Amino acid sequence: MTTLWQKILKTPVVTEPRAVSPDADIEVLLKQIDARARQRFGRSLHIRQVDAGSCNGCELEIGALNSPYYDLEQFGLHFVASPRHADCLLVTGPVTRNMADPLKRTYDATPDPKIVVAVGDCAHDCGIFKGAYGVAGAVSEIVPVDVVVRGCPPTPRAILEGIFRALEQEKK
Amino acid sequence: MVTNILLELAQILTIALGAPLLVGVIRKVKARLQGRRGVPLFQPYHDLRKLLVKEAVISENTSWIFRFTPYLLAATMLLSALIVPLLTTLTPLGWMGNIIVLMYLFLLGTFFLALAGLDAGSAFGGMGASREMAVAALAEPTVMIAIFAIALRAGTTSLDGIIARSAADPLLILNAGHLLAFAAFFVVALAETGRLPVDNPATHLELTMIHEAMILEYSGRHLALIEWAAGMKLFLFLTLLANLFVPWGVATSTSPDALGAAFVALVVKVLLLGIGIALLETAVAKLRLFRVPELLTGSFTLALLAVITFFFVR
Amino acid sequence: MMMDDALMQSIFIWMCACFGVGAIGALVTSRAPNLARVVGHGLALLGALSALALAIAGLAGGQVQVVLPELLPLGGGVVLGMDRPSAFFVLVIAVGAIPATLYAIGYTRAYQGKHSLAALGVTLNVFLAAMVLVTMARNVLTFLFLWEAMSLASYFLVITESQDPETERAGLIYLIMTHAGFAMLLVGFLLLANATGTMNFAEWNARSGALDALTRSGVLILLALGFGSKAGIIPLHIWLPRAHPAAPSHVSALMSGVMIKLGVYGLVRVGFEWLGIGEAWWGGAVLMFAALSAVVGVLYAMVDADLKRLLAYSSVENMGIILLGVGAAMVFQSFGLSALASLALIAALFHTLNHAAFKSLLFMGAGAILHAVHTRNMEAMGRLIKKMPQTAALFLVGAVAIAALPPFNGFISEWLTFQALLSSFQIPALVYNFMFALAIAALALTGGLAAAAFVKAFGITFLALPRSAQAEQAHEVDGWMRAGMAILAVLCFGLGVAPFVAIEALQNVTTELVGAPAAVTFDWKELAVNNAFATVSPFWIAAGLGIFLLALPLGLRVLRANTRRRYYETWGCGRAVQTSRFEYTATAFANPFKRVFKALYRPVKQLDIEFHPESRFFVRTITYRNETRSVVEDAFYAPIYRALRWLAREARVIQSGNVHMYLLYIFIALIVLLLMTR
Repeated sequence: MTTLWQKILKTPVVTEPRAVSPDADIEVLLKQIDARARQRFGRSLHIRQVDAGSCNGCELEIGALNSPYYDLEQFGLHFVASPRHADCLLVTGPVTRNMADPLKRTYDATPDPKIVVAVGDCAHDCGIFKGAYGVAGAVSEIVPVDVVVRGCPPTPRAILEGIFRALEQEKK
Repeated sequence: MVTNILLELAQILTIALGAPLLVGVIRKVKARLQGRRGVPLFQPYHDLRKLLVKEAVISENTSWIFRFTPYLLAATMLLSALIVPLLTTLTPLGWMGNIIVLMYLFLLGTFFLALAGLDAGSAFGGMGASREMAVAALAEPTVMIAIFAIALRAGTTSLDGIIARSAADPLLILNAGHLLAFAAFFVVALAETGRLPVDNPATHLELTMIHEAMILEYSGRHLALIEWAAGMKLFLFLTLLANLFVPWGVATSTSPDALGAAFVALVVKVLLLGIGIALLETAVAKLRLFRVPELLTGSFTLALLAVITFFFVR
Repeated sequence: MMMDDALMQSIFIWMCACFGVGAIGALVTSRAPNLARVVGHGLALLGALSALALAIAGLAGGQVQVVLPELLPLGGGVVLGMDRPSAFFVLVIAVGAIPATLYAIGYTRAYQGKHSLAALGVTLNVFLAAMVLVTMARNVLTFLFLWEAMSLASYFLVITESQDPETERAGLIYLIMTHAGFAMLLVGFLLLANATGTMNFAEWNARSGALDALTRSGVLILLALGFGSKAGIIPLHIWLPRAHPAAPSHVSALMSGVMIKLGVYGLVRVGFEWLGIGEAWWGGAVLMFAALSAVVGVLYAMVDADLKRLLAYSSVENMGIILLGVGAAMVFQSFGLSALASLALIAALFHTLNHAAFKSLLFMGAGAILHAVHTRNMEAMGRLIKKMPQTAALFLVGAVAIAALPPFNGFISEWLTFQALLSSFQIPALVYNFMFALAIAALALTGGLAAAAFVKAFGITFLALPRSAQAEQAHEVDGWMRAGMAILAVLCFGLGVAPFVAIEALQNVTTELVGAPAAVTFDWKELAVNNAFATVSPFWIAAGLGIFLLALPLGLRVLRANTRRRYYETWGCGRAVQTSRFEYTATAFANPFKRVFKALYRPVKQLDIEFHPESRFFVRTITYRNETRSVVEDAFYAPIYRALRWLAREARVIQSGNVHMYLLYIFIALIVLLLMTR
């Protein structure tokens, strides 16, 4: 117990400031939500991560977002367990045949308004698994996708940037 | 008459609007202890505002009980906010109930929440309902014996009366029975509001959930009401702990100066308790579900010891 | 308001006439079952209504005296009288009987062709009449005769569905236990009558001072055992969870809601009137057994998957709660704290009335479910709220009331019981202070567990998906049954919001029994105990909840919240199939309790897996048994039973078959008798 408290008291806040990632490859496909929703989501976004058959490389990067260095909670983002509580679906993986239906159901279980962010080359166009026998199609073929963050895997900064891009106001 | 209405309005607004801030403070402190910048302090307000623009997706298996429960939960908390002596020992509606009434109002909310958990027909909801009722049932004896202990000393079970008589005694904080009753009530507060070590409010693993498991099916405005009611329950428990056991600062009249000072005292006490909870949550791990009864039995023993102490030190 | 005694006399005669004509009428129309059903139950309803009138008149102070020395040539004949305590219990009977008879008109329709409706009509009328007259009995033999009539009538009602061996066995155990209790009562009454020199109840209080301590305590123990077995206190409760589920539902409602209260009636008479001011340890013993019954009763209710047995165990629990109040009152009385004794007794009697209301409601609801789904097993139910919406709503009222939650009546009586127990610090003896602390803890635990048990009872039965084909095809029940339940639901709410009506009447009753009024002040908006020791406002709590429930949707509207509602499947982690197999079951719901209290349940687990003969990786069948055993039956009754069997075996020696031995026995008996009567 004492070692724990000594460690807590000695360690400072290690969160790094938000910086734009130079190699972020982000593509905005749709804008599913209206301005009012976008303004509210800008302050508080609950995210449900769906693994549609990925190799877990993207999951490791997404997991890093929870760490004290990136700390996505400081922006009002928060991961949730139930799609009913979610505003944003973060989908990874080439959608495999077995996960196509569950992904659709997860999308339908999420209340409107909602956005979908596809993370990784696999989510964009099945990546290196394109044409494989176990793959049903890219994420945008199963559910409507707002933003795609390409990379294999994309960096946590890029993923964060992608989420923010989905919430940006309409460009003049 | 006008003072009374204003006073009750102030009480209800403090609880209703202050609950999300309390939750935000606890989360912020926990984040800072973990070395992260953490959630903005007013985040729970943004969460609630956002939930109000979302639609409610409702399971086809549910009945009217599912849609009714969030409103009932919020209503019981708001009603309790009227009765709890927040600022003064002359709470205008304090005669509506004593502490037993409060505990049973909370139990009413829990009862319907458990039913709502069973309503959707999912295994998670049933599991949450079963565990929540088990924890609530096992926490009841501790609550009642702790109340007995403090009522013994004060000669009354009316909340205002207990505070009035305790505030008159400056050596109260050194009384062993009083401290024991405080410890027992603190453990019960943790159990009833779903805090570590009984339940982790931030967990994503359904098998470790108690309170969260029952609300997995809720969305939109219903979820907003339930989260708000949970925040209010925490605020109410901390207010009870603060004002019943550390009664200094509570106004004994309804003059504006006394009330102002009482408000500041309340804020300080509740914040301290909240930070204490955050520290506790960082230090301990969640107990295995079947170890929770041991914890509650331990707190029951503390409460019983408090009663025995009061009998011997009349 | 003084009721004209002649009027009361006529109400009494009218009531007896209704029950009498009901019984005879049912018998006479036995060839036309439909007519027998309506005549028998309709006249029972009229009799119950007149009983209500009689009770109200009695509570207002009216008197009625009936002396019939020629009906029973010894012990002073048949003497019936009415005072306030009797009137209150007649009120309880009426509150249970009126809805039950109304309900029965519809419910017994299903028995047409299978069982004799005439028999049902006759026994029901005899049962109700016996119960009302028992509370009015004023001497030993009248009381015992009517008590036995009541027990026999209820036995015949219990074994209505005698084609089921479980029912027959239940009836047998009920018969044995009720007669064991009767034996205790007989010995106790005769001892007391012998010691005081009179068989009249009214004279016992005055002459109780002449008794020595041993006789007094002995009589108390015997009478407490007798009345306790009728009330269903641990360890004399074993007939309750067998007989109440086996009986037809309106009979279960009457037995659980009304008949077992007569055990309380007897205990109250013994503790406060017949033996004078009692010893402190009498009250302490009642308190401890009551606490035990309350906790053990609800624990068994928690793990039961049979809906009616759950309700029966819950009756054991509530009798425990009632007797907590009675025991507390006895202790307070023995220490001279009469005002507190009155308070505790008000709490106990109010809970008696409330329990009659909500337990009858719950049993009638269970009967409606049984009618629709043809099973009592909760594991085969589900989604009944969609098929039987009104029954569900009425059952919910009963469940919330029995869980002692505001704004219903159970909350007020449990609150009052808590206040009475919390006031115990005024007792100067440390042992009793500690006992009361344990009683408070027991009551609190019971309250929480009861809430859990009724979440299970309502949730598993009515909510989510149907777990069997019968549940899918359920339908709402007819108007008679719903009317009976609705009356009680309204009463539960009414007594919860305006309890002062009942408490005013109870104040008079307890003042008569204890000698001093309770320190309770009440008006339509507030109930205060012991000069602001505790206050509650039942009306404003209900009103407050109502106001907030209406204000919240308006508030959401003002905040321009999204009011859309979309229906979709339950979240099952994306799983394609959602059937009732994925739901929680009653057994699963009770699992945490089974594990925490396994010292009481002694669960026996048995797991048999049958593998495919060719490979251990393939499983043919799995059989899983998880049984809870009754500690009371294992530890208490089994040894008694074994001892009795041993005794019976050894005594067989007397039956030698030899005529000369038998002649010798007769000769010896004659000599002994002659010597004894010299």
